[in-house]
Formats: sequence, structure tokens, C-alpha cells
Amino acid sequence: MTTLLIFIALALIVVIIVQIARAGELLSVVRGQQEGEVSPETNRALSYFMIAFLIMGMIGGFWSVNHYKHLFLPDASSIHGVEIDGLFNITLIFTGIVFIITQILLFWFAFKYRGGKGRTAYYYPHNVKLEVVWTAVPAIVMTVLVIMGMKTWFGTLTRTQKPDLEVEAIAEQFQWTIRYPGKDGKLGKRNFELITPENPLGIDWKDENSHDDFITAEIHLPVNKSVLFRLASKDVLHSFFLPHFRVKMDCVPGIPTQFPFTPTETTEEKRNELNDPKFMFFLACAELCGISHWNMRRDMYVVTDEEYQKWTQEQKPAYDGVKASLEGEKQIQDNQEKTSGQQTEGNPISAAAAP
Amino acid sequence: MAQHVTSSVITEGAHAHVHEEHEHGHHETFITKYIFSQDHKTIAKQFLILGIFWAIVGSLFSVFFRLQLGWPGESFPFMETLLGRWAKGGVLDPAFYYALVTMHGTILVFFVLTAGLSGTFANFLIPLQVGARDMASPFLNMLSFWFFALSSIVMFASLFVQTGPAGVGWTVYPPLSALHEASLGSKVGMDLWLVSMALFIISVALGGLNYVSTVINMRTKGMTFFRMPLTVWALFFTAVVGLLSFPVLFAAAVLLIFDRTLGTSFFLSDIFIGGQALPHTGGSPILFQHLFWFLGHPEVYIIILPAMGLVSEVLSVNSRKPVFGYRAMVYSIMAIVVLSFIVWAHHMFVSGMNPFVGSIFVLFTLLIAVPSAVKVFNWITTLWRGNLRLTPAMCFAIGFVSLFISGGLTGLFLGNSPLDIPLHDTYFVVAHFHIVMGVAAFYGMFAGIYHWFPKMFGRYMNNTLGYIHFAVTLIGSYMIFWPMHYMGMTGVPRRYYAFETFEFFNQYQGMNQFISTFAIIVFCAQILFIFNFFYSIYKGRKVTELNPWKANTLEWTTPLHPGHGNWPGDIPEVHRWPYDYSKNGEEFIPQTVPLKPGEKDEGLS
Repeated sequence: MTTLLIFIALALIVVIIVQIARAGELLSVVRGQQEGEVSPETNRALSYFMIAFLIMGMIGGFWSVNHYKHLFLPDASSIHGVEIDGLFNITLIFTGIVFIITQILLFWFAFKYRGGKGRTAYYYPHNVKLEVVWTAVPAIVMTVLVIMGMKTWFGTLTRTQKPDLEVEAIAEQFQWTIRYPGKDGKLGKRNFELITPENPLGIDWKDENSHDDFITAEIHLPVNKSVLFRLASKDVLHSFFLPHFRVKMDCVPGIPTQFPFTPTETTEEKRNELNDPKFMFFLACAELCGISHWNMRRDMYVVTDEEYQKWTQEQKPAYDGVKASLEGEKQIQDNQEKTSGQQTEGNPISAAAAP
Repeated sequence: MAQHVTSSVITEGAHAHVHEEHEHGHHETFITKYIFSQDHKTIAKQFLILGIFWAIVGSLFSVFFRLQLGWPGESFPFMETLLGRWAKGGVLDPAFYYALVTMHGTILVFFVLTAGLSGTFANFLIPLQVGARDMASPFLNMLSFWFFALSSIVMFASLFVQTGPAGVGWTVYPPLSALHEASLGSKVGMDLWLVSMALFIISVALGGLNYVSTVINMRTKGMTFFRMPLTVWALFFTAVVGLLSFPVLFAAAVLLIFDRTLGTSFFLSDIFIGGQALPHTGGSPILFQHLFWFLGHPEVYIIILPAMGLVSEVLSVNSRKPVFGYRAMVYSIMAIVVLSFIVWAHHMFVSGMNPFVGSIFVLFTLLIAVPSAVKVFNWITTLWRGNLRLTPAMCFAIGFVSLFISGGLTGLFLGNSPLDIPLHDTYFVVAHFHIVMGVAAFYGMFAGIYHWFPKMFGRYMNNTLGYIHFAVTLIGSYMIFWPMHYMGMTGVPRRYYAFETFEFFNQYQGMNQFISTFAIIVFCAQILFIFNFFYSIYKGRKVTELNPWKANTLEWTTPLHPGHGNWPGDIPEVHRWPYDYSKNGEEFIPQTVPLKPGEKDEGLS
């Protein structure tokens, strides 16, 4: 019933608007207004709308920044993130100046030069000097931005020294798995063809570097240590996104990607800084990966080095869980080889047929 | 000379027509006149009306998913009525949410802002403004529309298949789009999407060949390149860009079809999905992104250039002033066209591409701001000391410039690769491209429709409704997309069905409601426009003056209801550039008026 009433009310409003609009058109015909002309009153009304829009828009813009500021991302918690934020602010200053000047000129001219009786336009087809100036100035500004951008870009993604820690993040529909290299600091090889329910990451157990690797759901990092994230995906594209650290890189099946960074604040420090005891760093997926794309979250803890060392010692290598069965398998395999070897001697045909 | 060329090119039937003057159509059936028409003006209207149909569908989809984003989990019974099992209990299904965002993007980018915008105005304005009786090949032109219609039918059919339409994002990145088991939106709907796109590209190619050859070969006597209106320049280069870039998407679509159906591995490697390792090895998902964006980026210029052309013309006519820096405007279009082909990988800074490659694309991307800035300054100077006639078309043209500034400037953030790291795939991107190429291009299209409606249909659109449409749309566009920048700066990712897993992002719930509310209001304003459009075709105020806007270009020298062939007699000759407004005390001097002794033409003869 309410739906019907709302519908009727809306229909009535539309009818009224249309009737007013038609009346306006008839009125202009009666007044003998020329086709295609706009009356000075209409011009004036619209030009006031334009200037009001400009003023309200500018006020609204400044008001809303202040209003929403508390929701924005807090200061970056990584070394390169601070640089990115700095570049963002510089770009904001440049574009902000241009934005304000051009919008004011645009709407001010629309207001000031509205048509009215007695006004004539000024024939002004070109001015080469002016055009050269406003080609050159943006070109110079762009050069500055490109140079600063490149400095930050290469500073962020180029590795100049060996990272203190390498961690792997493997994405799949719809979760993340984090793999740490264990005591040897080296991640074991993986191969998608080795993936089984017991070995969901397809770790190659023959590679001994894998024997102390451990797998977790959350990310734990020591503060102020450079970390290189090795990124991978099992199925479709995903994107490794740590908003508080200004980190984002796609995970691509078949193509290894990486992102180096250094966290500069522990979770505890950030909680104190923001005065929010529940604050948590997190990992999100930033590349559409299917219908649960919006659920791919992992918590992230940045802790002191001691806490981190303590935590790593508590973790059990993934190999431990499969060692028994793997060794059992190996024994069976060895036995088989032995027996098949014996058979080969006696019956070459069956050996050739054996898998 | 040019007239002879045009007459010999035009088909027999149309040629006979030219001499029949107003009695067009006595041997034409309804079918040849309105359906399989070869008249560029009718084809333009066909593009426009099919474009409007798609605009309604595409924006209605955005209302559906905005309801989910604004009021997640809340029941809207009418959604169940319209969408059935995809919105059980009135709550949108996540799979269909992704189908809706995918279709919203596809429909608006390709069907509305490519076919509906440049299809309409290239067809309508190129022959009329260069002084040709029709396109170089009216038959191919007709085919161009019908391939678009065919592609539309396939895409529309995909909305009704059991597993839903494509739901992998409009950029259809593999492997998600290549593997049936990866997503519900990657089943038969995806196949139909690819087939539809292939047909669409044929339509663009046929149209583009026509536009380019018409502009090059069929200009009337005296219509040198540098006497062409900026609309024609823009539409001409749009066609060039389309011809050079769309075939690459065709290749990508065909290869993706192969990967989906024939077991090839162009874009696939090392994949474990659905409980098994796939045999595909050696392909690269990033290769697809290169192919896609090699079209995808020029595509945004295919969308925005016609709007720029229409706006330049509307601003000049209604300021009663020449467009400022005509030649600089042409050169900046050329610069944009060249640069548009070497910036595509700025969509891929964090795709896993080598960072060094990314740096080159930063340079070219930021460089493109220079010609864009020149255009903006020139438009603003066109207004300076003018005598502005604030018609609805003019209002939308001014709105276009405002949005182009706002959206263009945020491009300087996204185009700079380090800033793209935190902003990539967030609402900042959504806000940026909606403002600069979505909404702005729509403003250009509205300006064009309001301005040329009298020439198209012989009637005016209602001004009052036009002003209401403008005011609501201008306020609404900023209310919708301005706050999205804040969400993007906070890192809120796009293409999220809900934010309940991320309380940090969920803080913007109130803002999402605000945005959704304005999205619905703006949608209603567009309904008002569509009502105005169709109502005015039949009941609008009749045009009785040949040149109601007092414009200089050639289309206003045709009869009130031009037949096939456009001019009943000879094609008029052109003597000057199209922007002699308020020169030497004369309000306007049409292009057909010969130069006075000693008078200098601003164009080049």
C-alpha cells in the first residue's frame, strides 16, 4: 500500500513538473521570444545557479575533508609509504591550486558573461603567447612530478641489498596462506603439480630448504626489518594489499611477483598512536578474483624483534606433519624399486609394462 | 570538384532522391526508410535510440548494486520482482552483484559511450558538417549499425542465461574469465560476452572506415581540413583511434575464446583449481592485460574525444565567440591521439610487470596532461568576454569542462606509479574514471543531443526540463563521485560486495548510503531527460527557423527536414572557418559567406 502511495505521489510530481515545463514553453511562444534564444531572466537564473554551485561546492569540499579526516588512512607504517604519502601531498598541492583556479574561472565567467540585452561578445580567436605559456607551465610541472615519481618508484621497488627476511604469500580462491622460510632463511621450492590435499601449497619436499618452512594464516613481521614478500597465486589473479603499509602487488599464476618493504611501527605502537586498542593491520585482496573476493582478509601483526623470534620458535615446520607418511612412502618406494629390480632380472617384459 | 566526387560515390537510389527534394520516400517502404536505412541521419538516430536503451539498462544496474552497497543485506522486494532468483528475498546475490558491475561497465563503456556517442554524432554530423550527401559507403554504414544491433542482442541474451551474464569485471582478466570453474560469471555468459564484443568490434571498424574516408574524401568545395569544425576533427580522430586499437581487443577476445574452448594456453599457466592441476602451461595472464589495455586506454579517448568536439562547438556557438586557439585545439587532439597509444600500461603498474617498463608509461601518461590542460584553458578563454546563451546544451558543456578538470587532475595521482600503489583498484580509481570519462562524456553527449535535436527531429526539447535535468545531474555527479575519493584514499577496494569483513572499510557505511541516495536521484533525473527526449520527438515545439542557434556550420543550411542527400540543390561551397562569431560587428558569419575583399580567414585554405 505504501509502495503504491509513493508511486502515485512520484507520478503526480512528474506530471506537475511536465505541466510547468510545458507552460514555460508556451509562455515563451506567447511572449514572442525567438526560437533558440534564451531570455535574459533565464540566463540570469542559471548564472546564479552556477556561481552558487561553485561557492557551495568549494565550501562543501573543505568541510567534507575535515568531516571525514578521522576516517582516512593513518600515516604510513613503512619507510617507502612515508615517501609515497609525501609525493601524494605534493601532487595534491599542485592539482589543488589548478583545480581551484580553473573551477573559479569557469563558473565565474559563466556568471559574469551571461547573455543579456546590449552585450556583445569579444572576437578573440587566438593569442600565441598565451597558449605557449599555458603549454609550457603544465609541461614543467609534469616534469617535476615525473622526476619525483620515478625517484620514489625505483626507491620502492628496487632491492639494493639482501632483505632481512623473505616471506611468501600464496593466494587462492578465497584465502591467503603465508609461508615462512624457517631457520635457514630460505623458502623451499613449490610446484603446482605437487598440490594435494595433504600438501595444499605444492611444496617440493625433495628440496631440503623446505623442511623447516612453516605455514601460518596470519602475517607476523618484526618491526624495522626489511622484508621481501614473494607473491604467488594458485588459480586466478589476486592482489596483495596492505593499506597501512602502502603495499600492493598482484599475485599471478605462473609468474612470481614480489614487494619489498620495511614496517616501521608495531601493532602496539599504532594502537597507542591512534588511541584505538582494537586497531589491527590487515591484508586484503585488491583484484577481482571471484564471488568471495570481498572476504579475503588476513590479520597482520608487527611486533618487536624479540617477540618475533619467540613466535617463530613456537611454529612447527610443515614438513613435520608429513614427514612420517613421506618417509613411509619412501620406504615403500624403495622396496618397490628393489622388488621391481629383482623382477627385471627375471622378467623383462613386466618391468617395461610397470609404471 | 568535391561535389562531383560526392555525387558519383552516392548510391543510385540516394542520388535520385537528391532531386526529389521534399518528396522523399515515395518508393521507399517503411523498412528501407526506418529499419534498413542507408541515410546517415537515420542511422545516427538508430545508434542514439539503441544507445539510450542501453543507457537505461546500464544505469539501472548501477542502481541495483548501489542499493546493495548503501544498504547491504537489506531487503528490497522490487529487486526480487525484477531479478528473480538473483535477488532472493530482495537481497542481491553476490554472484549477480559481480554480473551487474561487469555489465554496467561493459554496457556503458562500449554500447553507450562508444556506439551511442560517437556512433550517433559521427554519423549525424560528419556528412552534414563537411558538406557531403552521405557517408562514403552508406551500405557499410548500415551494416555498422546492424552489427551493433546484433552484438546488442547477444549481450542482452546473455543477461538471461541460467548461470547469469559475464561476472568477472568489464576488463575480463584471465584466468578468472578463462576458466569455467573459476566463477559463475565465467560460464556461458562469458562466452556470449566475447562473441558480442567481437561483433561489436566489426561494427566499430565498419563505422570507423566510413568516418575516416568520408572526412578525407568527401569534403565540399572550400572545406579544407583547417576549416573543419572541431566536432569533425574530434570525430575523425576518434575513428582513427578506434580503427587502430579495437582490432587488438578482437585478437585478445579470439585468443581468450581459444583458451576457454580449445584448450590453448595463451593466458594460462601453472593453475590448480577445482581440485586439480590444469594442463595449461607457458601462457601469461599479463599478456592479456597488455592486449586489453592497448585497446582499453585508447578507448577512453574514443569516448572523450567526441564529447570534447561537441563541447567545443556548443561552447563557441553559445558564447557567440570563436573557440579560442582553434589550431591549438586541433594539435592538442593530435597529441592526445598519439600519446593515447603509448600509455596503456599505466593500468598495470602493480600487475607484476617489470617496474622499469612502468616508469616509461608514467612519463607518457603525465605528458598527456599537457594537451588536456591546453584544451581546458582554451575552453575557459572561449567563455571569457562572451555573450553566453545558457541553453541546456551550453550548461552541459560548461558542466563538462568542470568535470573534465576534476577528473583529469586526479589522473595525475593515478598516472604516477608510486601513488598508484596504494590507490590502484580502490574507489579513487572509480571516482577518477567515472568523472573524467563516464560522466564528462555523458555531459558532452547531453550537450550534443540538446544542441542538435532540432536538426535531428525538427522539434525542440523542452528547456525547463532540460534545466532541471542539468541542475540535478551536476549536483548529483559531484555528490556521488567526490566522496568516493575519500574512500579511495582510505584504501577501500572497488568490486567489494560488502565490507563486513573489514571494519576499517566499513566505517564508510554512512557515506555509501549517501552516495547511493544520490545515485538514485540522478537516475530519476535521467528518466526525466528520456521522457523529454521521446515526448519532444512528437510534441516538442516545432522548428520553423533554419538556423535557430545562429551557428556558422553547414548543417544549418539544410532544409528543416533534410531528405536523403541532405541538400536539395547543390552542396554549398565553403569560404571560411566555422568560428566567425562577433567578428567586425557581425554576430555570426556562416561558412558559406564569401570572404570580403581583404578579409583574412582564420582557417587555412
